Amino acid sequence: MDPNLITSTQAAVDPVFMFIFGACLLLLVGITAVMVWFVIRYHRSRAPAPTSCCEGNVWLEIAWTLLPTLLVLAMFYYGWAGYLALRNVPKGAMEVTATARMWSWNFTYTNGKSSSKLYVPAGKPVKVNLVATDVLHGFYLPAFRVKRDLVPGMTNYAWFIATKPGSYDLFCSQYCGTGHSAMITTVEALPPAEFLAWLNHREGGEHRGKELLEKHGCLGCHSLDGSAKIGPTFKGIYRSSVRFMAAGKPMTATVDDAYLTESIVKPSAKIVEGFPAIMPTYPDLTVEEVKVMVEFIEGLK
Amino acid sequence: MNSSEYSPATPSSFWNDTGSSGITAWIFSTDHKRIGLLYFWSVLSFFLVAVVLGLLLRIELMAPGRTIMGPETYNALFTVHGAIMVFLFIIPGFPGAFGNLVMPIQIGARDVSFPRLNLFSWWLYMIGAAVIITALFTGGGAPDTGWTFYVPFSARSGTNVSLAVFGVFIVGFSSIVTGVNFVTTIHRLRAPGMSWDRLPLFVWSLYATAWVQILATPILGITLLLIIAERVLGVGLFDPVKGGDPVMYQHLFWIYSHPAVYIMILPAMGVISEIIPVFSRKPVFGYKMIAFSSIAIAAAGSLVWGHHMFTSGISDRAILIFSFLTFVVAIPSAIKVFNWVSTLYRGSISLEAPMLYALSFIILFSIGGLTGLILGAAATDIHVHDTHFVVGHFHYVIFGGSGFALFGAMHYWLPKFYGRRYAEKPAVVAWGLMFVGFNITYFTMMVLGMKGMPRRYYDYLPEFAPLNLVATVGSWILAVGLVLMLVNLIRGLRGGEPVGDNPWGGATLEWTVPSPPPTENFPEEPVVTHGPYDFSKSGMP
Repeated sequence: MDPNLITSTQAAVDPVFMFIFGACLLLLVGITAVMVWFVIRYHRSRAPAPTSCCEGNVWLEIAWTLLPTLLVLAMFYYGWAGYLALRNVPKGAMEVTATARMWSWNFTYTNGKSSSKLYVPAGKPVKVNLVATDVLHGFYLPAFRVKRDLVPGMTNYAWFIATKPGSYDLFCSQYCGTGHSAMITTVEALPPAEFLAWLNHREGGEHRGKELLEKHGCLGCHSLDGSAKIGPTFKGIYRSSVRFMAAGKPMTATVDDAYLTESIVKPSAKIVEGFPAIMPTYPDLTVEEVKVMVEFIEGLK
Repeated sequence: MNSSEYSPATPSSFWNDTGSSGITAWIFSTDHKRIGLLYFWSVLSFFLVAVVLGLLLRIELMAPGRTIMGPETYNALFTVHGAIMVFLFIIPGFPGAFGNLVMPIQIGARDVSFPRLNLFSWWLYMIGAAVIITALFTGGGAPDTGWTFYVPFSARSGTNVSLAVFGVFIVGFSSIVTGVNFVTTIHRLRAPGMSWDRLPLFVWSLYATAWVQILATPILGITLLLIIAERVLGVGLFDPVKGGDPVMYQHLFWIYSHPAVYIMILPAMGVISEIIPVFSRKPVFGYKMIAFSSIAIAAAGSLVWGHHMFTSGISDRAILIFSFLTFVVAIPSAIKVFNWVSTLYRGSISLEAPMLYALSFIILFSIGGLTGLILGAAATDIHVHDTHFVVGHFHYVIFGGSGFALFGAMHYWLPKFYGRRYAEKPAVVAWGLMFVGFNITYFTMMVLGMKGMPRRYYDYLPEFAPLNLVATVGSWILAVGLVLMLVNLIRGLRGGEPVGDNPWGGATLEWTVPSPPPTENFPEEPVVTHGPYDFSKSGMP
């Protein structure tokens, strides 16, 4: 298949699905129909004794060895050609780096901009470089039939074209622990001009604390709007009273600077009641960065 | 021979010929039939535990969000469901239970070559199982890694992974020991006249399986020890931070675990190759091709493990080769299906429970095999890999295939060893319920996978809700059928109608001995004068 003729990944894969499913359906219906017919026709009520003692037929064996061989070879070839289309990135594709961690996505663009949703221009090929920071994850876009694992210590890639503007599901497909099924986001395909405006818009007013929370994946588990996720929401947590277990005894504390700082630097110290003790540590955060994040969280009323 | 002399109460049966009584007469017995029954009831118990876990998983997935459990519990449950079903139920299920019960009699032997080793194999299995169960309730609790134990997650998880993996390691040795025993027995203990071309096809399938058990299981053992080394000693074989490679683990795991699928399905195909000719009263069509295809599947199946890794980042050239080899394995499987269907032609077919299971095996295994072609083709695998499509496909092959064949084997062979049989009508109703429930549950899962729902998902988007509800309701129908089948079967074995030596009109040697058979099977060594499916000489009408 000439890669230049491929208009999108789904256009390369879907005909292979049609071909294999079609062939399988014919075979299944054929086998079942013949079997059911034999069972009815030669049921003991109609056929009290067998009318054949045939133990085999060389020509039949040859036929039903060769025909499936040809059929599966066709499927193999067609499947391989379609797969090559998934691997050959068209020239001029836009590059984005996807970073996966337990349990959030972050997408970084060549101009340094980063986002927790994958914004792309509609109609333009996008190459996604795949990086994992902790365990295996999977980058899965069902609408584009694209999937590739993110493996720590290895850079994989995938590419796709969103042919029409719209919002498409992006799932983590490789099991990665408690928050695996919550590790979902979307591809937002915008008309190219709108996308450029988004890409070059520097969110001047945006608090640096929010950027940091997004960059380190905090928002995968902690919401900013009060909605329930794997961890407590940040909205209104400052000055609230939380219950946790310390040395086997239930304790209560009011959330202040010290509590928030400790919870970022040493997450296992005081786990809020009702939430799992699963937050990883972030050894590469600087003291200054933690301070900026804490400031931002305190501002969320 | 008059079979009524051999009810379980008569001294000649293997049930009551031993000096000691009570449980020690069983757990220290070296009689292959007693060991077979020990295995059978052990694997059945673990099967029922894992069935309950599976039903709980389906209830959790009945609606989006939390239904009855939190994500940690869900993750532990699907791990334990998979590990028990694979390592404690279906891998030991055929060789351990029906291989032990039937194979020595089918080749005209008094027992296996190494009866004590055979008992040791059951003990290893039970010790390994006990270690796995201990791991669920001690330390950090039940493992939450999935039955595949992928690194780096399995090296980091705070749950009791090391102990569980060690239990699987011990169970692996039980499988190797059984394999060695069976290969030796089939080579050395065949009765006079039992040439290789008169070997029942169930024995052929066990022979192919035994080689897979011997050759592939050690690799699983090594891999599991490496996980423990990684967790306990921090050696860094798989951890990229220490220069290791997570993808290497996947290779090592699947080098065993793909051939393990053939340990699960090959003996099931052997059972089908026994039942279909008997209930058609006609020689099996293409005996040599069916026997040969078992060996071909075992051999080629050892070279296709990479198809579990098409998205993992292995090279495109590796994917080319593994995809090609995967399609090669499809050919001998297709040959078997065509031969089974041809066996029906111009036969005299009776639709009793074992035959219903065998016929439904053909349909369910075909669906499982044909959807496997989607997974073997590189382009289409990418979309459905790690989705519910794989979950559905796998259950079609292993539950619809191996599971239904095991149920067929239970109806076909257990009366031989208990001397009594189940009631036919409830058995047919139970089969019907299971067949319908099965398809509703697992076909729906494949549709969900095509629509993009990943596997091992505790929660899902609202668009997947209706089909998940359908799959859950299907699982209830399946469960009702399963309970009915077991109740009917167990009641029948305890107090059902007595059966004669040869209730089905089979031509293999197990139908020439009393039901239940005496301890050493044959009063004198049999001399085999005809093939296993030569019904004209089996003394049946």
